[in-house]
Amino acid sequence: MTDNWAFIAIFSMIAMTIPLLGFLMSWALRPKRPGAIKLSTYECGLETVGETWVQFKVQYYIFALIFVLFDVETVFLYPWAVAYNQLPLFALVEMFIFLTILGAGLVYAWRKGALEWV
Amino acid sequence: MILSFFLQSVFSRPWVTDLLSHIVPEAQLGVAVEVTMSVLKATLIILIIQVGMLWGTWLERKFVGRIQDRLGPNRVGIFGLAQPLADMVKILTKEDTTPTAAHRWVYNLGALLIVPPAILGFAVVALDQGLIAADLSVGILYFIAIASTAVVPIFMAGWGSRNKYALLGAMRAVAQIVSYEIPQVLSVVGVLLLAGTLSMQGLAYAQGPLGPDAGAAGFPGVWFIFLQPIAFVIFVLATTAEIERTPFDVPEAESEIIAGYHTEYAGIKFGMFYLALYFATISSAAVAAVLFLGGWQPPLPTELVDWLAVRAGADAGELRATLGSLGWLWMSLKTLMMVLVFMWFRGTLPRLRADQLMAFSWKILVPISLLNLLAAGLVGKLVYTQTPIVVFGAFALTNVILLGVLFGLIDWWNRRDSAQQIRFEQPASGPSMSAGSAR
Repeated sequence: MTDNWAFIAIFSMIAMTIPLLGFLMSWALRPKRPGAIKLSTYECGLETVGETWVQFKVQYYIFALIFVLFDVETVFLYPWAVAYNQLPLFALVEMFIFLTILGAGLVYAWRKGALEWV
Repeated sequence: MILSFFLQSVFSRPWVTDLLSHIVPEAQLGVAVEVTMSVLKATLIILIIQVGMLWGTWLERKFVGRIQDRLGPNRVGIFGLAQPLADMVKILTKEDTTPTAAHRWVYNLGALLIVPPAILGFAVVALDQGLIAADLSVGILYFIAIASTAVVPIFMAGWGSRNKYALLGAMRAVAQIVSYEIPQVLSVVGVLLLAGTLSMQGLAYAQGPLGPDAGAAGFPGVWFIFLQPIAFVIFVLATTAEIERTPFDVPEAESEIIAGYHTEYAGIKFGMFYLALYFATISSAAVAAVLFLGGWQPPLPTELVDWLAVRAGADAGELRATLGSLGWLWMSLKTLMMVLVFMWFRGTLPRLRADQLMAFSWKILVPISLLNLLAAGLVGKLVYTQTPIVVFGAFALTNVILLGVLFGLIDWWNRRDSAQQIRFEQPASGPSMSAGSAR
């Protein structure tokens, strides 16, 4: 088991060298002639107006919140699913209650309009 | 068989140990051998997927071209087979521009970090019995976790570019990836119920006649697509959205926001996003094949193989052994088939609108995957000790009922919506421009 994770560690280091190798090869081969116009922000031929890093639409934040909620709860389903065959009927009923609460949360978010993209 | 033989001869421990024993002192030999083997394995995986990625682009262009009644690439080499190499040379020799407005560090790191998550997923893909880089006990969870870290470099790229379109694309991408992760994870749980394991090798064992604990979970050893067809469809759709392929490529919708979060990237840095997309496509296809299509299990049921052997006058046991030893071939074919399904989506389906995209995940996929999970849990417990035919029938019936409920609900919903819309639009004169966004 430990050497599996050791492999993952080595693999991630090697995976990191792939883009670095690409950058290096490209750096050696490509032309380098920067210019003020060339390095300006791209906007279909127009000059860009105003600041980009502004306060953003709140809807994204609400979706992120719902996501965190659901993601944390689905993680609890994994151990239950793996042990499913050895579990007594009671565990099944318990998980049904859990899923019902999860579903109720979804219905609540839906009714509150949190799932509307406005 | 040829591949297994090659792998076994090149990657045999004695050969590496022998070589290393001349350089490394006795005390560290064990560690040195492990590290060398890991490096060799990692390099081999990366070489294989690199080739798969390069000719994957060729396959996609050819396949989508054929769907759209075009020829696709056919100028460079026979059938355009050298096109990927020409593209690679082009991308390497393109000038690389970093906008003066961009945050240099975040901008460059985004392009650098987008690749590793896409590659790391391959560590747990089971290519054959015993042919897996790292058979983690939490294999599928590891895959989902690693794949979803791609959100961070995507947002770094969009934010670091300091371009409004790039930021908008990144915001959309993050919202989409996190939204579709929920149905993806929930659909996987349906399969885990039946397999009783998270290990990728264990999932493959649970789906067929081969392996030490074949069918040990108590369910008949058939591909999970037959027991959990709805989960399969949800998984494929959610995965397509996770890796942002058409029809879910709203983050890079060129008619709205140029190229989304990689608008400002050029040359090799743009190439990295492309690379990551294809790596993710292949690894997702491979995982879908392991989860639902039986991985390296032969595509013919044992009974059919026996029957065929009798008809052909061959030895049944020998035929079964031959089919079983071709695991890597079955796995590759299944992966290729799933990749072609992703490309088929791209060739035939139009892109969704941003609000439709979010609604589809939260209002259709999440509820139906919750229902599917409930049904699978209940039915699985009820028919646990029954004969395979009963189990099979029970699951088929459950899925049909679920589909009926789903379509009934969508139908009811649409009717209610259109009724509301008619009421809305009656006072207005002429066609309403906001018909789509009335609700």
